[in-house]
Parts: sequence; C-alpha cells; structure tokens
Amino acid sequence: MFLSLTVLSARAELTIEITHGVDNPTVIAVSPIESGQRILPEDISQIVSADLERSGLFQAIDRSNMLSFPRTSGEVYYRDWRVLGAQYLVYGNAERQQDGRIKVTFGLNEILGEKAVLSQVVYGTDGNIRDIAHYISDKVYEAITGIRGAFSTRIAYVTATPGRNNQLVYRLMVADADGARERMMLESREPLMSPTWSPDGKELAYVSFETGRPAVFRQRLNDATREQLTNFKGLNGAPAWSPDGRKMALVLSKDGNPEIYVLDMATRQFTRITNHFAIDTEPNWTPDGKALIFTSDRGGSPQIYKMVLATGAMERVTFRGSYNARPRLAPDGRTLVLVHRDGGQFHIASQDLISGDFRILTSTFLDESPTVAPNGAMLLYATKRGSKNLLAAVSIDAGVKFLLPSREGDVREPAWSPFLN
Amino acid sequence: MNLQNLKAVFLITVMSIFLAACSSTSTEDSAGDSAYGDGSAVGTGTAGDGSAYGEDLGAGGVDTVFYFEFDKAILRPEARAALDIHAQRLRGTSRQVRLEGHADERGTREYNMALGERRANAVKEYLVIQGVSSDNLEVISYGEERPAQLGSDEQSWSMNRRVEMK
Repeated sequence: MFLSLTVLSARAELTIEITHGVDNPTVIAVSPIESGQRILPEDISQIVSADLERSGLFQAIDRSNMLSFPRTSGEVYYRDWRVLGAQYLVYGNAERQQDGRIKVTFGLNEILGEKAVLSQVVYGTDGNIRDIAHYISDKVYEAITGIRGAFSTRIAYVTATPGRNNQLVYRLMVADADGARERMMLESREPLMSPTWSPDGKELAYVSFETGRPAVFRQRLNDATREQLTNFKGLNGAPAWSPDGRKMALVLSKDGNPEIYVLDMATRQFTRITNHFAIDTEPNWTPDGKALIFTSDRGGSPQIYKMVLATGAMERVTFRGSYNARPRLAPDGRTLVLVHRDGGQFHIASQDLISGDFRILTSTFLDESPTVAPNGAMLLYATKRGSKNLLAAVSIDAGVKFLLPSREGDVREPAWSPFLN
Repeated sequence: MNLQNLKAVFLITVMSIFLAACSSTSTEDSAGDSAYGDGSAVGTGTAGDGSAYGEDLGAGGVDTVFYFEFDKAILRPEARAALDIHAQRLRGTSRQVRLEGHADERGTREYNMALGERRANAVKEYLVIQGVSSDNLEVISYGEERPAQLGSDEQSWSMNRRVEMK
C-alpha cells in the first residue's frame, strides 16, 4: 500500500540530526496521503512529518503505530488518535486528474476539540511532489503556531571537496530548506565565497576568485546566466542586495583599505559609504532599506556599527566582548544575529536592538555565517566538527538545535532564501 | 574597465557552457593560475645589482612566508630582516611580486579577507619604504580560504596567519 522510499532524498548531500528539541513538543500525526493506489513517486506524508519535526516544535507519530489511515475529515475516528497522544492530525487524499496533474485535498484536525482547523486543495505534478509536501507543511505549521511556514524556501551554500592532486574544488550549491534536491550552480578550482540571495529569490550574488582575484558576480538560478559586477584592484566582496533589489552593498579596497560601497544596479554607479582607515566590511541592510549594519574594527576590535544612509549618522551597536562580526538582521528588523567571541570560542549570538538583550545561541565549535529564515523562527550557520565544516541550525530562542552533516567535503556559508511564493 | 563588454563575454561563455551542461556553470576554463603563473610575469632584472635574482624569490634560503599574530598585521623582526634582503634584491628590477595575504579560520570569512589584505599591505608598505616600486607589487587576499595547514589548533592557526611572496 505504501510507496517505496528509495526516491526520497536519495541524492541529498545533507542529512539532518536533531540534537535538541523543545521540552514539550506538539504531538502530531500525518496520516498517509495517497489515493489508495500507488500514484505518487514520493511519500508526501513522510516529507510533511520530517518538515514539522525539523522545526523542533513537533513530534510526529510513527506510521506503524497508527490504528487507521483517514483521508478525509469524515473518516477521522478521534479515539484512534487520542490513545496515541496525538494533539493534531493531518490527513489528505491524492487524485490524478485527466490532464495528469495531481490534486491533493488535505486537512488538519484538532484531536481534543474534535474539530477541523484547516481544509485546502493543492495541485501539482509528479515532478514537484516535494513542493506539494512543503506547501502542506507551511499551512499546517502556520495554522498551529501562527507563524508563516518556511519549508518551501531554499538554501544556498558553498562546498569544498578535495579533487585531483588534492586540490580543493569549490561548488556553489542550492537545495531545498531540508537539504533535498541539491543542485550545483557553479564549480571552480578557485575559492567561492559569500553567497547571498536577491530579494525576489531568483538570483544569487557571490564572490569568485576564478580570475585570479576576488570579484563579485550575480547569477540567475533558472538558466545559470551570470555577470561579473566588479573588477577592482584589492578586495571585491561581501555583496548584499538591498530589500528592493535595486542596489547592492559590497566591499572594495580599491582606495587602499576596505570600505563599504553601494552599487546602483541600473546605472552601475558605485557610491562610497564609509571612509575610515580601519576595516569596514560585511554590510547588511535594514528591512526598510534605509540603513546599513556592518562590521568595523575602527574602535580597535571588530564590532557592529549602523549607518543611516540619508544622513551618514553612525552608531556603534555592540559593546559586549572584543569580537562581534558578520551581522544579519532578522525580518523583524529588531533581532540582530552575529558572530561573537566568548572566552576564545566563536559562537552565534543575538542582540535585541531595542531592549539590548544579548544572548549566545550556539555551543558548537567555530560557529560562523549565521543566516535567518524568512519567517524569523530559525537560523542556519556554519560550524566545525572534528576536521569538517558543516551546517547547523538553531531556533531564534535557542530551544531547538540540529546539525546538517554532509556525506563528503566541507559545507560552509549557508544563505537562506527569502519566501519564494 | 568596461562592464558591458565583460557582461557580453560572460554571457557568451556561460551560454556555451549552459548548452553543454544543464543549468550549472564551471569556471574550469578560466581557473587555474591564470595570469599570475610562472614565467610570463617575471621580469629579467636588468637594472638591478646584477645578481641572478629571477624567478626564485627564496634563493639563498631567504624566507618568502611571513607569519602574524591573531587579528594583527604587525611584521615580526625576522620578517623585517628577510624583507630587507628582498628589498635589496628587488630594488630597480621589474620583477613582479604577488603578495598573498591569509588568515586563520577563526572569525568571519569576509573580515578575514580584510585581515589578509591588511597583512599583505604591511609587507608591501615595508618593501616600498625600502625602495621597491609599488607598481611591481600586487596584493591579493585569500582570507581563510586557502589554509597552509588543515587543523583547528594553535599550531595550524599560527602557520595559516601569513603572507606569501610569489
């Protein structure tokens, strides 16, 4: 009756190990979403269960323990789920239509209150079963938590794998937020760095050393067309698209030392933003596009600063410890995440820009490159375990932690996409 | 620099690669050591002191790699001593020298790019003060992307905080 799972994630480089979840996760059951016949190439319910568990907020009931497999609200026999301790039940029915498309009708019921919470229809094809599954996960997550789901988003990252003569091969990769459907965007024998998404989610910008020097490139995801944006002497790095997509902040050292510039994407004019003999780097836009937050060692050690673009008004943001760098603002515009050195160890920390609350979120080794999910619930970062670089995730309240080890090579510099739908 | 031309070149390159290999791109053709390889960029040293100071910067056992403290770009005394010899040999020649700055893996990647550049610039400035033409010195930072030693310990880190003269 059930689908073979061999297709599922068979090509995914990244796997997931949940290391810490919330103390009292919501217990949810996802009844097999099928038509009764094997018409789907992948198992939607398994993908939905895995999505919800990965958020750390849910514990999914194993299918082998289920007493019945309802496909509609009318088929739900609540006692079957109460005895399993389920608080919520997801069910659904898949039908293949005349035109070959797949129609999935799904719903969410609350077990204790014995009521339907959500009922929806989604259409797809054999080629995007995972999109259907992530869509269902998004809707279920939002119905229960009140927070928009980010399961349909993607992540970009850089891998470094020893190739011929042990020389590293660098690859720019894009995958679903769960690590599945990994796709290579670029391969190079020279370093690739600092991938970042355009606000429409259709392009990446990054730094490539393929010319023998660092240069900033942009590349479309759908057809891989790319364009070199900078070719200056010295550093060309740390690209960050403005929220409206019309500008890009980046770092150039053509005038002698690293300064932050803003590139107008239409006119191709560069405007110098900072002017200081210290290192100024790692710019990041505030969600309103009016200010840049960046790293500078103008005070003697790397700290985070904020500059309002219209006035040039500058303000130091971090004061705790002697190393705070690579700031990223959460979508709320208020929660800053950064790399913080604490007693010689590098961890990801968050700072509330209004209350000033400062919190160390991670406890792994050599943590760097934090990137916040577009719903603000989780952040991905890079860490080191043994001699390997790998990705890890932590919820913004530090309650949920997991690792995403890869099968081979180093994985670094994750960048979480914006919402894509 | 002409961005439009560059754009055209890249579009053509990419389109041809794209036709051959689905939607990913390779920099294989332009990668490698490209313009900074061996022979071609090396000067002949005609105006110098006459010594055979061509390709081998390390001739006579002079250091060509200089090491630094964490988050610092200050030259150590032994580095200055070696650079004095390099400056003496390079003065008045047209030998092109590439100064590659590096950082250890601790801290953030783009900050380390800046730190690697600051270290390479410290070497460059020292050589320029000693009379070497700045036109012959190119600074490139690799940040923490090209470690000399793998390993997450003090010993490896100290070997990776460096500037390499090439």
